[in-house]
Amino acid sequence: MTQIVDRRLNGKNKSAVNRQKFLRRFRQQIKKSVENAISERSVTDLDKGEKISIPQKDTTEPFFHHGPGGHREVVNPGNREFQTGDKIPRPEGSGQGSGGGEASDSGEGMDDFVFELSREEFLQFFFEDLELPNLVKTQLSSVDEVHKVRAGHTSDGIPSNINVIRSLTGALGRRIALRAPYKQEIEEKQQELEDLLKRHNDTDPVVIEVKQRIEQLEKKINAIPFIDTFDLRYDNRIDQPKPTTQAVMFCIMDVSGSMGREEKDIAKRFFMLLYLFLTRTYEKIQVVFISHHTIASEVDEETFFYSRETGGTVVSSALKLVSSIIQDRYPTSDWNIYAAQASDGDNWHNDSSICSKVMTESIMPYVQYFAYIEITADRHQNLWEEYTDIKAKWDNFAMKRIENVADIYPVFRKLFKKRNP
Amino acid sequence: MTRKPISDTSEWTFKLIEEYHTEIERIAGNFGLDTYPVQLEIITAEQMMDAYSSVGMPVGYSHWSFGKEFVNTERNYKRGQMGLAYEIVINSNPCIAYLMEENSMPMQALVIAHAAYGHNSFFKSNYLFTTWTSADSIIDYLLFAKNYIHKCEQRYGEEAVEDILDSCHALKNFGVDRYKRPPRLSMQEEKSRQKEREAYLQSQVNELWRTIPVRQEEETHIEKQRFPDEPQENILYFIEKNAPLLEPWQREIVRIVRKIAQYFYPQRQTQVMNEGWATFWHYTLLNQLYDEGYCTDGFMIEFLQSHTNVVYQPSFDSPYYSGINPYALGFNMMSDIRRICENPDDEDREWFPEIAGSNWQETMDFAMRNFKDESFIGQYLSPRLMRDFKFFAIVDDDKNQQIEVSAIHNNQGYQQLRQTLSEQYNLGSREPNIQVHDVDIRGDRSLTLRHTLYQRMPLDKSADEVLKHTARLWGFDVRLETVDENGNIINTLECQPVRG
Repeated sequence: MTQIVDRRLNGKNKSAVNRQKFLRRFRQQIKKSVENAISERSVTDLDKGEKISIPQKDTTEPFFHHGPGGHREVVNPGNREFQTGDKIPRPEGSGQGSGGGEASDSGEGMDDFVFELSREEFLQFFFEDLELPNLVKTQLSSVDEVHKVRAGHTSDGIPSNINVIRSLTGALGRRIALRAPYKQEIEEKQQELEDLLKRHNDTDPVVIEVKQRIEQLEKKINAIPFIDTFDLRYDNRIDQPKPTTQAVMFCIMDVSGSMGREEKDIAKRFFMLLYLFLTRTYEKIQVVFISHHTIASEVDEETFFYSRETGGTVVSSALKLVSSIIQDRYPTSDWNIYAAQASDGDNWHNDSSICSKVMTESIMPYVQYFAYIEITADRHQNLWEEYTDIKAKWDNFAMKRIENVADIYPVFRKLFKKRNP
Repeated sequence: MTRKPISDTSEWTFKLIEEYHTEIERIAGNFGLDTYPVQLEIITAEQMMDAYSSVGMPVGYSHWSFGKEFVNTERNYKRGQMGLAYEIVINSNPCIAYLMEENSMPMQALVIAHAAYGHNSFFKSNYLFTTWTSADSIIDYLLFAKNYIHKCEQRYGEEAVEDILDSCHALKNFGVDRYKRPPRLSMQEEKSRQKEREAYLQSQVNELWRTIPVRQEEETHIEKQRFPDEPQENILYFIEKNAPLLEPWQREIVRIVRKIAQYFYPQRQTQVMNEGWATFWHYTLLNQLYDEGYCTDGFMIEFLQSHTNVVYQPSFDSPYYSGINPYALGFNMMSDIRRICENPDDEDREWFPEIAGSNWQETMDFAMRNFKDESFIGQYLSPRLMRDFKFFAIVDDDKNQQIEVSAIHNNQGYQQLRQTLSEQYNLGSREPNIQVHDVDIRGDRSLTLRHTLYQRMPLDKSADEVLKHTARLWGFDVRLETVDENGNIINTLECQPVRG
């Protein structure tokens, strides 16, 4: 008794559990790889997987086996010139050894164990030390919603989607086309009949024959169906990502000498998280990088994260620049504006009041959300005081002092809450 | 013969598979192949990767190492470095053979002949498989194991289970009985007896380790007694029965790993024979199918192309060389036996007087039933084949500067070549000889393993790691002594368990 079983519909992810176990076991190594990847990636480039490599020796499972050395005799195929008793220099690093084809016994000099982390897995690791609530995690890693849009017509579909006009137009065309040859012949035959009737009378066999032929043709014409399944046309609808409005995100960072590499890394995570949030809400996002010390300038991402300047800090210069860029390029009627500022809080002391003015007059009325992080372990700096006043007045302003990446999320708490009424 | 071929396209359908299968089954029956009933399963490439990474079993407990295997397989497959194995067959009753969706019709027919008839009949009749594995209950047992381990994960935490499994895996090659036949597996019995066994085992262990002082005269008697009284080769078995600190569920897991290792043990000993037999039969069956007019020339060309790839043997200096291809050696030896039976020359009559000219089907059937790789090669490797393969033996001794050619395919060398090659497939000498030697029951409870050197081959450095795993299972100090041919201890590794 033989059975043929189709197993293709059975779950294909039988190994998913094992894969998860594997990832969990090598969490430390993978996390390190992910961290490296994050520091190399652009702020806007979070939505893909990552190649992870783990030293091969960490992943091998030990078992008792012979190492190199001792006395071995091994048979190989393909002899050409060897004779019994020939002495050959020992080949360097060849798998001569355990025989039976376990050439890579030594466990050394092998490549790293490399594999792909999927996008979801990558984000999992990214979120890990940000300590995001689970709801936010799923929100951020979920794929965009889609909706159906019309996209022409197809020849099959469900009855409720039949497009009547299209179908009948098609049917009409088909009827005309299929009738044409018969019609033509009928016309010819009728001509012939008229001619014949001039010479013969009604009951003459020749006349009858032509009449019958005409009748036949008319029957054929009548047999052409009014509508055929072939004519049916259905409205076609395809999935399209939900059209959402566009947003612009300002990344503002203090690049004066007091911001070290570590502070910049924290800032980067902060910007990345905001960006990730925006990608879930908006279809089109532009990112503007503004770095400042005593003067502010708009720069590209590379310069933004890696250049170092010296000198003092005048925060208002950056805020003024943001304001003028908003005026010039991003009218609030078309753009949702988000801003994220990272600084060590140091500011030229006379400048803080100017900041406050610029913020209240020309930034806060226009932005959806303004998040500020002060990356410092010391006591609050003077900018903090000014911003505390702003926070009291504006609902869409958030600020937080940050010592490590786990502190970042609370700055955005309100932002994420808004979407979950 | 003007029969209409079964199909003339390379697309497969269920109906075509059935038709080909019917004919292959008939021809196999005519050749006298004795098989389990066949169950063909159509699967996708992903499912093939799943199966591949869980050592080919349809169900299995979960462990990170299978995940690693999967990740590896998937990466290689995606890079196109490797075609997936086109066949996986399970030694079970009914015999389950996987057919991959992507394969063409000729490939499906090849797999049916190779796996569902070749391997299947080997599983059913070879003495190692009939004595050591029970095809009727393996699937049930694996299911039991999977559920049991899952239950343990829920009760004792995934990490605790993973620790035990890691340690057991490190010793899994030393979890088999090489000579004693294990009792048959059965799901129901396992389940019903498992509770009893837990209780009983624990009581035995307690007895062995009891610390209540014994009476004087008994003590002097015990002083002299060794434990174990004979060296034990099955280390996992010894641990399962005697480790002082293991919980009952941990003992059960040790047992599961041991049982599954035992199930795969015959496969490791019959690679050449098993593949050779299956390859010989797919070749013979499909040729017969062609001769009877059931398949087209195109079908045969596609089949022969993959057949040729499978039995290709690169020579030792080729960049593709990675040891002797078991398919090539096995297929050629099987075909050679048939040749010696049907068409012997003088050399064959001299070397194989008892089979030259005999009935080939009976002779091959006998060879398939009663040998393993080592003895099969020792018995049947013919001089002609050694010449065809241009075999030569090399002695690599670390005492010498150079390596030496010790035998080649000539009159003086045939016997030695055959001997050496046979030895090469002897698991007993390929794997280090390590046995449980002694337990200090009245003292520090330490376990001593003894590695007896063979041909002065030392243990690999990873032995340290394995010893750590052994110590974790044993719960007290573990010592590994290496003993040379004269019985002198030349090296000792020691390891203490990490107390959590």
